[in-house]
Amino acid sequence: MDLFEDDTPGTGANAHEFTVSEISGAVKKTIESEFGYVRVRGEVGRVTVARTGHMYFDLKDDRAVLSAVSWKGQVAKLAHRPEEGMEVIATGRMTTFGPQSRYQLNVEEVVPAGAGALMAMLEKRRQALAAEGLFDEGRKRPIPFLPEIIGVVTSPTGAVIRDILHRLRDRFPRKVLVWPVAVQGKGSAEQVAAAIRGFNALTPGGALPRPDLLIVARGGGSIEDLWGFNEEIVVRAAAESRIPLISAVGHETDTTLIDHAADRRAPTPTAAAEMAVPVRAELLADLAQLGARMAQSQRGGLDRRAERLRDLARALPRPEALLASPAQRLDSLDTRLPGALRAAIAKKRIELSDHPLRPGLAARAVERARDRLAGSTARLPGAHRAGLSQKRLRLEGLRLRPAALQTALRQERRNLDRLAERLRPDLVTTRIDRQRERLDALERLRGTLGYEATLARGYAVVRAEGALVTDAATAREAKLLEVQFADGRVEAVPTGGGAGPATPAKPKKQKKQETAAPPEQGTLL
Amino acid sequence: MSDRPVEEMSFEEAIRELETVVGKLERGDVALDDSIALYERGAALKARCEKKLAEAEEKVAKITQGPDGQAQGTAPLDG
Repeated sequence: MDLFEDDTPGTGANAHEFTVSEISGAVKKTIESEFGYVRVRGEVGRVTVARTGHMYFDLKDDRAVLSAVSWKGQVAKLAHRPEEGMEVIATGRMTTFGPQSRYQLNVEEVVPAGAGALMAMLEKRRQALAAEGLFDEGRKRPIPFLPEIIGVVTSPTGAVIRDILHRLRDRFPRKVLVWPVAVQGKGSAEQVAAAIRGFNALTPGGALPRPDLLIVARGGGSIEDLWGFNEEIVVRAAAESRIPLISAVGHETDTTLIDHAADRRAPTPTAAAEMAVPVRAELLADLAQLGARMAQSQRGGLDRRAERLRDLARALPRPEALLASPAQRLDSLDTRLPGALRAAIAKKRIELSDHPLRPGLAARAVERARDRLAGSTARLPGAHRAGLSQKRLRLEGLRLRPAALQTALRQERRNLDRLAERLRPDLVTTRIDRQRERLDALERLRGTLGYEATLARGYAVVRAEGALVTDAATAREAKLLEVQFADGRVEAVPTGGGAGPATPAKPKKQKKQETAAPPEQGTLL
Repeated sequence: MSDRPVEEMSFEEAIRELETVVGKLERGDVALDDSIALYERGAALKARCEKKLAEAEEKVAKITQGPDGQAQGTAPLDG
């Protein structure tokens, strides 16, 4: 201990000695008093919301990171929820978290940094919702021509509702149900969405009747003022609404996301009222005009029919007139009838006198017939004969003829001659010759293979008493040897001499001679 | 001509059919008996439209909400 005290001279003796908690608390106090209210600009890093509802996120720039936290109650009041990647200005106070030796920003308000960032965020959100199909044209419902009850979601006070009611009254007074909401600031989005859903939840014709048209309206303002109508919750409620919905938020140039989800977008609240109802006076005028046209055309139709009837009646002729002309015709014919009869008789008489009946006419006809008969009679026998000879010819055609048989016979004989010609001796002799040649060839082969051929080359075959002699010992013992050359045989007497090695083999030679027979085969094979 | 009872028609339906009726009568190609029936239907339609137009009554109320945030009743709007 002494040693340590020596090592920390001077300063240590007088300096206050903190505990960890003390120094941590002192730092906290210093930081909180020094940075009790700060605005920090940076990009939002990862955002996490704990189960407790507290929100933790990072603020960062290119060199540093600052931990940020919003407590549950603060989160609910945030006009903009921080989203990762968003450039924001966070407002709050610096504090520390002793247990982890951390300092952090307690955020009470988050504002997107600059209009550009806000618009970028808006565009991103719009695309995401559009991708879900919330803005599809197919979802849009037609606005009823004349709604009975109009539900208006807006602030109950202020110019907007008065403008709408005023314009409705001008055009066509209707029943109007106003659902009061805050159209700006914290919670406004939730209130607007709840109002749209609330109207949809009503039953048609109930004690609190369901409107058949909704108008969501708000007057003009800055983009921040109108921001609630860009919130997803509002957009979804508008898209889901089964009651046709007209959005009228801000002025003509302001477009918020609810405008995309609404069935119609009105540039102003007044315009929304104009879209909502037709002009009653005009309708009355139209109706009166239609009534007049109907009455007029009906009257016209009757008049036209009556006139036509009159015209047709006028055109109908008098009964006397109908009969006058035929009567006159009858009279005329009546007077002409007797004269006509007389004239006809006279005419026939003249014709008769021109062609009197003469016997010659009939006689000529008879003569002609007789001629034809005579002609036919004359031709009859000839025709009969001709028929007979024709039959005979056919019979002859069928008769048996020796010439044909002879021809066939001759043909057969020719065939026989041809076959006889082909039957020649050489058919056999040729084969015999061929076999003979083959035999000769075989004989020649045999000759070459036989020993006689070797005799021609200077060899000789020695025999004794008809047996073949193959060694000198046998030859010595033989009385007479017969030597066969190629051209003949010579007898020779052995003179002995030259006792070679054959002598001791004497008994063996005897045996060999026996085994050698027949000699020709023995040597050759 | 639709068979729908005129009394059940909305204003828009009634006036649309009335226009059709007038058009037919004006073309004049309808048989006399039919034209009379048509005329009667037109008159009924016109009466229906007039009735709907006569219902032009302004009534403005404000929704009051229950503790659950649902509509509970109405109250006069004080503007």
